[in-house]
Amino acid sequence: MDKTMIPSIKEMTGAEMVIQALKDHGVEHIFGYPGGAVLPIYDALFAAANELVHVLVRHEQGAVHAAEGYARSTGKCGVALVTSGPGATNAVTGLADALLDSIPIVVLSGQVATHLIGTDAFQECDTVGITRPCTKHNWLVKDIADLPRILHEAFQIATTGRPGPVVIDIPKDIQFKKGFYVEPGSVSHRTYKPPFEADIDAISQAVALMASAKKPIFYTGGGVINAGPAASEHLRELVELTGFPVTSTLMGLGAYPASDDKWLGMLGMHGTYEANWAMHDCDVMIGLGVRFDDRVTGRIDAFSPGSKKIHVDIDPSQINKNIRVDLPIIADAGQAIKAMIKVWKQKEYKADKKALAEWWEQIERWRAKNCLAYKQNGNGIKPQYAIDRLYELTKNRDTYITTEVGQHQMWAAQRYKFEQPNRWMTSGGLGTMGYGIPAALGVQLAHRDSLVIDIAGEGSVQMTMQEMSTAVQSNLPIKIFILNNRYLGMVRQWQQLLHGGRYSHTYSEALPDFVKMAEAFGCVGIRCDKPEDLDAAILKMIDCPKPVLFDCIVDQMENCYPMIPSGAAHNEMILCDADEEATQVSDAGKMLV
Amino acid sequence: MSTNRIERHTFAILVDNEAGVLARIVGLFSGRGYNIESLTVAEIDPSQHTSRITIVTSGTPEILEQIRAQIGRVVPVHRVVDWTVDKPSIAREMALIKVAGTGEKRVEALRIADAFRARPVDTTHTSFVFEITGSPDKINQFVDLMQPLGLVEISRTGVAAISRGPDPM
Repeated sequence: MDKTMIPSIKEMTGAEMVIQALKDHGVEHIFGYPGGAVLPIYDALFAAANELVHVLVRHEQGAVHAAEGYARSTGKCGVALVTSGPGATNAVTGLADALLDSIPIVVLSGQVATHLIGTDAFQECDTVGITRPCTKHNWLVKDIADLPRILHEAFQIATTGRPGPVVIDIPKDIQFKKGFYVEPGSVSHRTYKPPFEADIDAISQAVALMASAKKPIFYTGGGVINAGPAASEHLRELVELTGFPVTSTLMGLGAYPASDDKWLGMLGMHGTYEANWAMHDCDVMIGLGVRFDDRVTGRIDAFSPGSKKIHVDIDPSQINKNIRVDLPIIADAGQAIKAMIKVWKQKEYKADKKALAEWWEQIERWRAKNCLAYKQNGNGIKPQYAIDRLYELTKNRDTYITTEVGQHQMWAAQRYKFEQPNRWMTSGGLGTMGYGIPAALGVQLAHRDSLVIDIAGEGSVQMTMQEMSTAVQSNLPIKIFILNNRYLGMVRQWQQLLHGGRYSHTYSEALPDFVKMAEAFGCVGIRCDKPEDLDAAILKMIDCPKPVLFDCIVDQMENCYPMIPSGAAHNEMILCDADEEATQVSDAGKMLV
Repeated sequence: MSTNRIERHTFAILVDNEAGVLARIVGLFSGRGYNIESLTVAEIDPSQHTSRITIVTSGTPEILEQIRAQIGRVVPVHRVVDWTVDKPSIAREMALIKVAGTGEKRVEALRIADAFRARPVDTTHTSFVFEITGSPDKINQFVDLMQPLGLVEISRTGVAAISRGPDPM
């Protein structure tokens, strides 16, 4: 028998087991913040400094977002290490974010010693109780004998099936206790058996439906990204094979190259006119790794009323959750796409050329609306112009983009053209302001020589700006590109459209001098407020070897269009400010956010 | 399209008996706004450390489908069965019902209890505690009849359910 097949058993402390498990699962980088209840793990980490790079963040939320950014840009599992009590509660936002966006992360938290649990001890909180609804799974380790198994299960559960965050809460006495470590692979889970391959009958039915389609569309999402780079390659092949148009959710950008003419742009609330109209009017919708989110569907009862819907998702609970579908396929999106290609070729299907040509003609008429156009009025920088210039000046480089949440995020999603998966890191489901800076740190750590830009707003940036200090300490030269309009712009836009222009608490009366702030942190600050200076300033930012905070002063009142008002259908989009008076948001619509 | 028809369904959930598993299931119901009409849980196989949770819930068919799918993805869940749609099943509940009174009312309570096959498990000169087992409807009926006869207190176990015939869940 092969000797490597026998799992070796070594005696070590709980803290050493944690480090050993990280190494065994191929972890090279972790993000964390020490405290009393994780001191033994930090001590073990000290001894492993050559093999495990630890990035000291400035707030535990930052550690989790950084782990998310790391995971999303590499396809690997992100890892964060936090202490008990406030360390764990600070991590909660990141966990909820990773759960909604299906990002594989393992968060290790310290806990007070087992005999103190339940006594309201110093820095005690019910971490598994608090994190239960915002993790895929979590554990409190009460016995050292359970620790190796739990560590291995954690990586398996975080990274397989529909990925997600997990928490292992480890009391301090367990970290000190000695036990026997077993290697991964010697553990198989009793109940957790995620689906992977698609049912071939369902795939055959789906492909037959696709071949008969007259007005088809691919609606792709984060599931394609999560299925790995090969899934994006297969998607390209399937689109090429069928000649169908393709749109994507915010989470799926990059799975299909935005420069291709089959690409209709992002769909949904701030999606393109052509993507939303094509979704509304299609006769066969092929949803791949998507979840029919409310930002995507608009009004549910008016969502693509005439189409047959194929829905591929690895999570059975997503089927028929928001929208009834005709053909559900429970599978990894990449596997399903691969199977579709195989069946299409095997059965020598041909798309209905004539119908498809008419469909494309219709799509071209929608495209001709040029829905992302904007008016350059005044002498200031339009936010759209800033994104366009940033794109033009970075597109030929090895660039990764993260964002915060708000108007800048939507402009980036609309205008920055992603050609590859894993290049776009944004908080889609939870909509977490403050995500972008720490996520950029995670990306930069994984891609030391790449250009990593956080497209930000001045509001979001102030939620996690202390992480600039992390950037300096760990020598991570991220670029924070702020579209500064002095307003919480997306909220202000909604107040304009829904609340009679009463801008209740959305104007920032006082803002830091971002250039001085950057300098105070040891970063480089750049300010630009003239369109004619913008290119040179962006190039200066790109060429700077240090972290840069770029304060781009933009038009204060610019709105993000196109927009489907809440409670409206895909074919009721607003394209510009002039349209907005014609659109009455219903009372039911106002209830939605 | 969606209907507003509310149905009551009984789910059986086989889970690993580990810390927090009940909280995961209950938290899923409260977090997603589903109803729990009754819930019972106990370990059923000590050697395998498995427990069985029986939940009676109500909702539209769409919501019930979601409930089942959401339970199914909780990590320590082995199986979920919807007894209302999957196979013919039997549902039973036990209740302890305290009735206090004297004279004719007391005699009448005992007479009705006999008709329902409820048996007194505690007796004083002024009270009975009846133990009754049956479908939830039968227990409801019995409770209604005891109401004018001096009903003091009710303790119900919630529903336990199992399929008919030789096969397991």
